[in-house]
Amino acid sequence: MRPIGLVLLLALSALAAPTVPVTAQSRIVILSTTTSTQDSGLLDVLVPMFEKQSGLTVKTISVGTGQALALAARGEADVTLAHAPALEKKYVEDGRMRNRRLVMYNDFVVIGPEDDPARIKGLPKAADALKRIAVAGARFVSRGDKSGTHLLEQGLWKQAGIEPAAPWYLESGQGMGATLGIANDRRAYTITDRGTYLAFGKRLTLPILVEKDRPLLNIYSVMEVNPANGPRVNAAGGRALADFMLTSEVQAVIRAFGVERYGQALFVPIAGKKDEEF
Amino acid sequence: MGLILDGVLQAFRLLLSGDGEVWRITLLSLQISATATLLALAVGIPAGTLLALTRFPGRGLVVSLVNTGMGLPPVVVGLFVTILLWRNGLLGALELLYTPAAMVLAQLVIAAPIVTGLTLAAVQQIPERFRLQLLALGASRVQMTWVLIKEARLPMLAALMAGFGGVISEVGASMMVGGNIRGSTRVLTTATVLETGKGNFDVAIALSVILLVITFLVNWALTWIQQRRRA
Repeated sequence: MRPIGLVLLLALSALAAPTVPVTAQSRIVILSTTTSTQDSGLLDVLVPMFEKQSGLTVKTISVGTGQALALAARGEADVTLAHAPALEKKYVEDGRMRNRRLVMYNDFVVIGPEDDPARIKGLPKAADALKRIAVAGARFVSRGDKSGTHLLEQGLWKQAGIEPAAPWYLESGQGMGATLGIANDRRAYTITDRGTYLAFGKRLTLPILVEKDRPLLNIYSVMEVNPANGPRVNAAGGRALADFMLTSEVQAVIRAFGVERYGQALFVPIAGKKDEEF
Repeated sequence: MGLILDGVLQAFRLLLSGDGEVWRITLLSLQISATATLLALAVGIPAGTLLALTRFPGRGLVVSLVNTGMGLPPVVVGLFVTILLWRNGLLGALELLYTPAAMVLAQLVIAAPIVTGLTLAAVQQIPERFRLQLLALGASRVQMTWVLIKEARLPMLAALMAGFGGVISEVGASMMVGGNIRGSTRVLTTATVLETGKGNFDVAIALSVILLVITFLVNWALTWIQQRRRA
């Protein structure tokens, strides 16, 4: 690119984004997170709170958990809020993420068509339900995007000892909302977090068929990015946002979030708890 | 059908109720895409004119590249601009990723070949005789080029419309380089994707309607300018 173009762009960025000074990198915190936290609207509440208290500017990048962690590992984010414990622990062991702390949980549910062709309704084990779906060859829509939801689903297939495949197994490659839409239209089974399911409400005709199995627990953790991952990681900012998520004030906000709109809370705050307690 | 109607009504409600967020998103979309289009004109008109008026070895290849660029997939542009602007990328020091400026840059890359290609076509369709005549009448090269650009200004408005239409409507690049950050880089197209993902189809339709209306108004104004002389 020619230098003139750069100068123009810099001038433009100053014009277009007066609140985001280009040079003051330590004022910007990049949070890489999952689509479910964004789609639920929780971050729209928490991020402005944090910005007000800290004076920092947060850039929330909502992608699948896989991408959220991959970006963080490249030093392209400062802090990550994700929901794939096994994968997260691997990143922490590798030293690319640090200080993993639990923030909250909700749960996944298996939903499907009302007539339930695979007869899974009320099964206590999600893995058994998936096995029946596979045996019946009933349509199942997967996220197929390395998101936390997709990783959990893959874990369940493994547990069930099944390698899911077309034609009954569809991969949407899209977010939870779009995937729910496809499952609804194609009268298929799928796995969704309860928050997004509730947010869709009456637009879905697929009832919850299996729930409350331990592997369906959806635990969100916050992790800080190792500054060694890249030259411009804002470690202090990432730390501040991680600490903020665990304050009693924020935990109270999480506990109340969704009650007004859906009649029930979407998340249960669990700051200070350990994986073993679940 | 009822859903679409609801969405249209919702669009008017959102705009008329002075919903701050929708207005902000709408203005940002216009701001970013207008800036990108103007920069694309600044690059594309000289480049297209130059290509139309000069002959050099490899020109055919360059023209083919420009024509290919007119169909550049926004998502590909988004991917490469993102990698370029990563903190560890070539331009990482500028800290531009996830800012409106990054979106302007990506949209500029999308629109510039469109403007260049259409300018090239517009200038080239002016008969060679006209050019020779100008030179024969004693016009300097600069004067001749200026007259040619003026002569081609109506078809160039088409270049402007195509460029603007290309960038205001694209979503892939804006999503990737902007990050769809609320209050900062959320534009009409990315907000539509988000609201669809949330299952808020009425809001998504409302945003789409607003986008269509804006695109129509801009093109209507430009078409009016373009066609006014013909009457």
